Amino acid sequence: MFLRTIGAGLVVAAMLAATTAQAAEVKIGFVTTLTTPAGVIGRDMKDAFELGLEDIGRKMGGLDVKVMYEDDGFKPEIGKQKTDKLVQKDDVDFVAGYIWSHVLLASRKSVLGAGKFLISSNAGPSQLAGKLCHKNFFSTSWQNDQTPMAMGEVLNQRGVKSLYVIAPNYAAGKNMVAGVQRTFKGKIIGKDMTKWPTQLDFSAELAKARAAKPDGVFIFYPGKAGGAFMKQYQQAGLSGKIPLYSVFTVDSISLPKFQKVNLSGVMGSFMTQFWAPDLDTPQSKKFVSGFKKKYGRYPSFYAAQTYDTVFLIKSAVEAVNGDLKNMDGMRAAMAKANFPSVRGPFKYGKNHFPVQDFYLREVVKDSDGVWTTAARKVVLKDHVDTYAKDCKM
Amino acid sequence: MTWALLLEQTLNGFQLGVLLFLLAAGLTLVFGIMDLVNLAHGSLYMAGAFFCATFTDWTDSFIIGVLLGLPATLLLGIAVEMIALRTLYARDHLDQVLATFGIILFFNELARIIWGPEGLVIPLPAWLDGNVEILAGVFYPTFRILIIAVGLSVALGLYVLVARTRIGMLIRAGASDRDMVGALGINVKMLFTLIFGLGAALAGLAGMMAGPIIEVNIGMGEEILILAFVVIVIGGIGSIRGAFVAALLVGLIDTMGRSFLDLLLKMLISGNAAETAAPALSAMLVYVLMVTVLFFRPQGLFAPRGG
Amino acid sequence: MTMNRRGVVMTLFLITVALLPIALVDQPFYIGLFSRAMILSIAAVSLNLLLGYGNMISFGHAVYIGIGAYTVGIFAYYEIYDGFIQWPVGLAISAVVALIFGAISLRTRGVYFIMITLALAQMLYFLGVSIDEYGADDGLVIDVRSEFAGLIDLEEGIAFYYVIFFFLLLTIFIVHRLTNSRFGVVVRGAKSNEVRLRALGFSVYQYKLTAFVIAGVICGLAGLLLGNFTNFVNPDMMHWTRSGELIFMVVLGGLGSLFGPVLGAFVFLLLEEILSDLTIHWQIIFGPFLIAVVLFMRGGIDSLLGKSTDD
Repeated sequence: MFLRTIGAGLVVAAMLAATTAQAAEVKIGFVTTLTTPAGVIGRDMKDAFELGLEDIGRKMGGLDVKVMYEDDGFKPEIGKQKTDKLVQKDDVDFVAGYIWSHVLLASRKSVLGAGKFLISSNAGPSQLAGKLCHKNFFSTSWQNDQTPMAMGEVLNQRGVKSLYVIAPNYAAGKNMVAGVQRTFKGKIIGKDMTKWPTQLDFSAELAKARAAKPDGVFIFYPGKAGGAFMKQYQQAGLSGKIPLYSVFTVDSISLPKFQKVNLSGVMGSFMTQFWAPDLDTPQSKKFVSGFKKKYGRYPSFYAAQTYDTVFLIKSAVEAVNGDLKNMDGMRAAMAKANFPSVRGPFKYGKNHFPVQDFYLREVVKDSDGVWTTAARKVVLKDHVDTYAKDCKM
Repeated sequence: MTWALLLEQTLNGFQLGVLLFLLAAGLTLVFGIMDLVNLAHGSLYMAGAFFCATFTDWTDSFIIGVLLGLPATLLLGIAVEMIALRTLYARDHLDQVLATFGIILFFNELARIIWGPEGLVIPLPAWLDGNVEILAGVFYPTFRILIIAVGLSVALGLYVLVARTRIGMLIRAGASDRDMVGALGINVKMLFTLIFGLGAALAGLAGMMAGPIIEVNIGMGEEILILAFVVIVIGGIGSIRGAFVAALLVGLIDTMGRSFLDLLLKMLISGNAAETAAPALSAMLVYVLMVTVLFFRPQGLFAPRGG
Repeated sequence: MTMNRRGVVMTLFLITVALLPIALVDQPFYIGLFSRAMILSIAAVSLNLLLGYGNMISFGHAVYIGIGAYTVGIFAYYEIYDGFIQWPVGLAISAVVALIFGAISLRTRGVYFIMITLALAQMLYFLGVSIDEYGADDGLVIDVRSEFAGLIDLEEGIAFYYVIFFFLLLTIFIVHRLTNSRFGVVVRGAKSNEVRLRALGFSVYQYKLTAFVIAGVICGLAGLLLGNFTNFVNPDMMHWTRSGELIFMVVLGGLGSLFGPVLGAFVFLLLEEILSDLTIHWQIIFGPFLIAVVLFMRGGIDSLLGKSTDD
């Protein structure tokens, strides 16, 4: 009995001991998903963050950089608890990462309320771009609606008059559909919102889409559902008959798998994105070749955004010469977006989301025969997201 | 809506139904005979898919992949039964739920360590990868036809096994009165292990049939497990016939909901409200079905045990 | 309840929890972690009323956490922060939902009961996922915690901690009184011999339904607290896996013991926190741990404190 009591005491003591503060270093907390099937995205982000740190010699403005990675387990509550730990116990200067909107929304107050910087390397919920925008929040990705809005323009340019939409029935899925509806001028003749994340069989939806005879099908299926969808699209004999337009579905994580099963239907399919691995900017070239060399695979867009996160933070620390108490100085430096970005030079909007170009991308084979995507042209130039006008800042 | 579409959706529902049956058959047998709530049944489904993907990768043949994957899943099932589950038969359902949930966590993490987090794909041979014209103008994926054929053959095979053989007699006896079988001087331990292995192989087969469609992923088992439980509860625990009927019912209702509920709702309420309500309702549909069935028949449709 | 070893340990435990904020005054993270553990303890104690005493294996108990948290979230969305409005409404909705769900599911027993409670909870989960107005699966941000006319400030971490502590003690007290009353005897008797009780003229169904509603309301309270604590609510909070976690806390701590679920919730959360820091493959340790608890530690942590007195 007493052993147990002592044991409990030791646990508490050990926890306290682990909290001694260190000076002369920049502490960054990075929250992403490392477990669950979504862990594959988190791995790409963590790899990119590590690559970025290596490329800058793990130094920012003369200070050593210390990173603490935390796994949110794909759950908002756990994400918030890990964020609390980073802010309250580890006393980090920046909290970055976040794949999922709900995890970011749940964690937001823990960081901003403590007066620290919060940087989203992926999630871009409309709330944070609009009503809930904050001076200490920055994004190195995009607002959810922007990429499908670019796709709407692509559809107009390609003369698509009737569109069939299939997307998962959750917040991001609805954002994507709303985004494409905002710019697409033709008629949406059918719309299926499928169960998320458990539904991976789309036989019923594909049968409906075929019967509706649209000019094009628009989909949004991130992660494993994307692979399942593309596969079934081909098995149903739709690829080659009805052009497929996707956002966040075909990426460098899914393409190697498609190539392995020779899913030829994905070749030549279209998508929109703010970046592509072949983008002709110095930083992107350095990043892609470095990533391929270190990890032996193409980086995903998640990785690209995360790589940018490193350089955004570096620009802030350097602007104040390592004086991490100078929040105003660091904020002003970040708001200038004065760092080498994989997307090339860009500006921040007043809600601290990038004002950036969106490209049409196509799946191609690279010189080694590896499937990848190539940017074809700019669809939206210097695009400001829809919610920036609601941001009172 | 055309007749061709209705036919296609019926086939889709049927296909989902037989896939669920493959999974539910083992679950209901194990439940009915050993009185074991086995959440880890989904792990065996996942294991079957991973085995098949690996063997297919080695041999470049999906068929050989399945033929090797089946005994592999069977052996894994037997090992799990002998190491962990055997001691759980005498426990109450709560203990079983927790221990088998622990097995799920263990296998998921083991699969991640062995195969990595990104999952695997199962390439199909060209003759299975396309689609065929089943009626003028109606194309249907060849592989889904194969699933229906496999599912129906298994159902028939199980029927013969249960209705016509000595093992089947013991299974029936076990489902209605467990203690009787032991009193007959049968090696009950052996019988249980055998039944569990059979259920595991069927779950693995379901995973191998689903793999080429939905890809092979960690955690794929849990997603379909709840549906399989819905099936056996609607069908009546322990009843193969009930599992078959309920699986088809769930498959058809789920597919029809996804297909036509939005049209139906648009006739009743405004377009916008229908667009919001249709996906929510179709996601709930199988649960509504289960609650309704249990409300009127608290023991499911075909309860083998009285009372 | 006599003052045996269990009594001593639990008293020490409660005193430790009561004094924790003083020892950890510079450690808001641990105050937060223990706050969350206490909130989930309340939920686990309420579930134990069904699981441990009434033999009703509800696989949908997390739904009441969702209802409580959503009540706070939706009121906050309309900028109504008054706790004197939010909380009674949240508890009332929990009661009504528990009454309806209980009335339907108590017609069945055994595994059918497990599945029907799961199904009903999943329906509310899908409802939450589908309502765009309230953020669908992105949920609602609760930026302002419930206000109690200046009487107490929940934004203050330590004050909130003691509010939660108070409700935990209250919950334990209520459950203790209930299980030792005539009501509790009937509900517990239903576990061992329902037929005999029925023959004695007790309407077991009504007693069980009452227990179901009380458990739902207490868990709804945990939801009100959790929504405030997390500053956020989304449908994940009522997913069936969360109900499963609650069940695990109860079994880990000790089915049908008064304090067991509290210990179970604390150990569960601490293990989750410590193991997940250790390795991302922590579930390969956690899974077999679960199996080991079931196989070798019958009666949970509580059984380590000696033979239970209230069986």
